[in-house]
Amino acid sequence: MPEPSTPDAGTVRDLSTGPGRILVAAYAVFAVAATGRSLVQLGTDADRAPLAYSLSLLAAVLYLVATACLLSGGPTARRVALASVVVEAAGVLVVGTLSYVATDLFPDKTVWSHFGQGYGFLPLVLPFLGLWWLRETGKATLP
Amino acid sequence: MWLVVPVLVLSALCGIWTVVMVVRDESPPGDRFFALLGVLLAVLVVQLVVGLVQLSTTSRDVPTATFVSYLFTVVLAVPFGAALALVERSRWGNGALLVALLTVAAMETRLDQLWRLAGA
Repeated sequence: MPEPSTPDAGTVRDLSTGPGRILVAAYAVFAVAATGRSLVQLGTDADRAPLAYSLSLLAAVLYLVATACLLSGGPTARRVALASVVVEAAGVLVVGTLSYVATDLFPDKTVWSHFGQGYGFLPLVLPFLGLWWLRETGKATLP
Repeated sequence: MWLVVPVLVLSALCGIWTVVMVVRDESPPGDRFFALLGVLLAVLVVQLVVGLVQLSTTSRDVPTATFVSYLFTVVLAVPFGAALALVERSRWGNGALLVALLTVAAMETRLDQLWRLAGA
């Protein structure tokens, strides 16, 4: 079961070890996927769906920030990670809903369209896993 | 894209093996596992070369940038997963490896889809 990697009493757990590795792996994959997607979209056909493509880019930046923060740890990284994960959760919920309700806003897809259906709904799950992990590691590990 | 099936079979084999290692709490993965993973990596490198050649000679309207970036990135996913499994010597490291293998399978499916959708 989850084995803390020699935590010092009273300190927070390392963000990138233990279960955090899975999160780092998943975030890294999505950082690459979203960056690639947004660059291709903006580079080839930016006028077709400016809103969707901008959101793709925003998602890419958020995933990159979250990956970097998970890897670096530290109190500041933690706060930045929390902010980016919250925005990400809001983004996937709002864009997911809008992509069903206001289809004309999104002539092309983003990572978050239809709650991340094109990516196995992982974009919907990931921010909540991130929130859980930040909370879990934030607890002081007192003996 | 005749390498799709071997890639999917190999990544499925590696994936199942990884699940077994997670269940048995075997970490880090042994040499035999890495040998199989090496075969997967080799096939992906061959696919990169073959894919680029096919892309340059095909008359299909394949989205070049996306296709090429998938060809390259899918190769990188394997060492990425292997590194995570070696750095984190616990179930979680193997779990991260599994994420990488699932990524390979997902990307391979997408590569095949890009090629097929482009039509003749």
